[in-house]
Amino acid sequence: MKISTISTTDITKPAGMATKPRVPLLERETVLGYTLLAPALILIVIFMAYPFGLGIWFSLTDKLVGDPGQFVGLKNFLKSFRSQIFWQAAWNTFFFTAVASIFKTILGMWLALILNRKFRFSRFTRAAVLLPFIVPTVLSTLAWLWMFDATFSVFNWVINWFWKLDISLFDLALKEPFRGRVRINWLGDPALAMFSIILVNIWRGVPFFAITFLAGLQTVPQDMYDAGSIDGANGWQRFWNITLPMIKPIVIVVVVFSIVVTFADFQLVYVLTRGGPHNSTHLFATLAFQLGMQSGNLGEGAAIALFMLPFLAVLILWQLLYLRKEEGA
Amino acid sequence: MRKSDTMQAPGSDQAAINKAGLTRREFVKSASGTGLALAAGTGLSLFSGQAPAFAQSRELHILEWSSFVKPADIETDRQAEEFGKQEGIKVRVEHINANDLNARATAAVESGAGPDIIRLLSNGPHLYAKGLIDHGDLIQEVGGEDIYQTLRDAVYVDGVYRGVPYHSGGGAYVYRRDIFDEVKVGPPQNWDDFMAVGTKVKDLGYPIGQSLGHSFGDPPGFCYTFLWSFGGSLVDENGKVSVDSQATRDSIKYLKEFWKAACDEGGLAWDDTSNNRAFLGETISCTLNGASIYFVAKNNWDEKQNPFVWKLHHFLSPAGPAGRFHTFGGQNSCIMTYSKVQSAAKNYIRFIHKDENFEKFFVINNGYIKGVVPKWEKHEMWSWDPALTPYRELANYGKHIGYPGPYDRRASEVFAKYIVVDLYARAVKGESDDSVIKWAADELKNIYS
Repeated sequence: MKISTISTTDITKPAGMATKPRVPLLERETVLGYTLLAPALILIVIFMAYPFGLGIWFSLTDKLVGDPGQFVGLKNFLKSFRSQIFWQAAWNTFFFTAVASIFKTILGMWLALILNRKFRFSRFTRAAVLLPFIVPTVLSTLAWLWMFDATFSVFNWVINWFWKLDISLFDLALKEPFRGRVRINWLGDPALAMFSIILVNIWRGVPFFAITFLAGLQTVPQDMYDAGSIDGANGWQRFWNITLPMIKPIVIVVVVFSIVVTFADFQLVYVLTRGGPHNSTHLFATLAFQLGMQSGNLGEGAAIALFMLPFLAVLILWQLLYLRKEEGA
Repeated sequence: MRKSDTMQAPGSDQAAINKAGLTRREFVKSASGTGLALAAGTGLSLFSGQAPAFAQSRELHILEWSSFVKPADIETDRQAEEFGKQEGIKVRVEHINANDLNARATAAVESGAGPDIIRLLSNGPHLYAKGLIDHGDLIQEVGGEDIYQTLRDAVYVDGVYRGVPYHSGGGAYVYRRDIFDEVKVGPPQNWDDFMAVGTKVKDLGYPIGQSLGHSFGDPPGFCYTFLWSFGGSLVDENGKVSVDSQATRDSIKYLKEFWKAACDEGGLAWDDTSNNRAFLGETISCTLNGASIYFVAKNNWDEKQNPFVWKLHHFLSPAGPAGRFHTFGGQNSCIMTYSKVQSAAKNYIRFIHKDENFEKFFVINNGYIKGVVPKWEKHEMWSWDPALTPYRELANYGKHIGYPGPYDRRASEVFAKYIVVDLYARAVKGESDDSVIKWAADELKNIYS
């Protein structure tokens, strides 16, 4: 039979081959995938994207509580630039974040290396180490507030009990000659107040670093360390040349995550000092709260809060690009 | 036969599911459908703005501070319950830290939901005016023109009363008579006297305690009155920044010396509870306070075994070159516009202002609060305990926080930013007078521009 004489009506399916059934909607991978993602996406849009957009809008208006406000462009941002309190909060935020993050990384790694060893009660110790991180922040910070109390600080009591130190260096201590006592003004001296909030932040954050680094350490094959030992590498060399490169992606993710959270810290400073003494511990978040929620100036409060965005956005973008490059390599 | 039937060993999970007639895929599909339906229903009910049908009882929700005089809170709750039975409505009183009241009010006004009555402090009604109803009728019922001017100004916003003052208060200095007697001094009448008194008691080991931290009560209560007594002010009557003056410099110079010579220097970290603890812990001999220290001392010490309370007395704020001043503010019952029980809320305010009810609250506070009209200055309670008499006089020297400038939201912003507190806190830490005054002036211009 010539091909040209073949009509389409002549074409029949081979015997035994059934018609392809129509696939139900939810059986299709793509549709089912997006359907399952939908609840999370809706929550993100409602509770994150919408408030974020609203915050940007507020920052461009003279919105006061109960008043919709008018568009004023960048006036709120310019007003912030003219305020010394704003620049102090900016400096405090960067300083607080940098110092706390560095110490959390170093101490977290140190603790992870210890926990990675085998010793008695190691499992219990690993669980116990997490306590500062899992106790609600406000609760643990209230305990620290009592420990730092200007009159009844347990730290000062211990110092006076064990030593009779004259620590009037840098004007940090209050020497009370009438009672021969020394009191450290933990939350009343600007430098000490900053030290105190950094200390509490480190205390809270180290467990998270330690446990995450520990998880990474346990993925490093033992034979790499054995090979290093055979080649004559000491402990520090093994750490620097084997451990650190192997867990670098984890370190970067943890550090960036912690920087983001620390940069936006609020609870700790609000409970301990409320930004005092005289704004020396104000962060962007606490200043935004003071302006927006306590004095009802929502436009200015939103503008202050938005100052956190550029730095954090750049940081997260860098992390994403870096990790992608590492995966490609 | 399902494809899955041929692929799993008998006894496996999949076999069990198959026996029940449900594959994993079917389960996921039905769960997704159910979940979406539930979410849609919940979302619809949320966006409809109506409460679900299963919660329909009437409730009046009142938000106020947690008083430093605990029995006052108990009496408030008792009166609320009594009113609720009378009105046929459930009444819930929520007590929170006063520093958090503004944040709660902001959230309530912006979300259009929350407490029906918020007891705003000081001139809070100016901040939240857009979220508060007109209380003009109630103002007339509780005293009208008899209400202290400062308290009326606090709730009078653009020609409308946005709240009803409930009670008023301020601070006086509580001191240890036994310690003052030991150094042979008496209550100071002016700041020079106070310097002499403070120096002697600090040398003995019991300094003056004053907070200069970020808290709503004692720090601004001291700093504003201190500045005014020297003739200084943050802004003038027209709202023009006036902090850069010789009076301000004189006050800073005095305080730097007073702080070192007479005060517990830990006060930079204190909040409104710290001086109470320090005084009752007997580490300081004198502090600015509402009558809460005296109240706790009176009710928590056995007078026979430890007559601590009899060692206490009070004096008014020392006078400066420009006179004697006190901050004098009120707690204002403010009904929110979103409230669905505004009628009941108004009746509640009427109830608590009835003489027989307010008197119970007034007496229980034992001098910690004053009434909003002068007649309560004549109440016999003031004569029961001479130690409390100075508190009766506060209204005579009382000024609002923005004095002499307008009592408006700009004054509230200055208050919320602790500008006057930080002016003095930075000075006593060693910063130069010019530097701290310039800082304060710049911040004030930013607000008043």
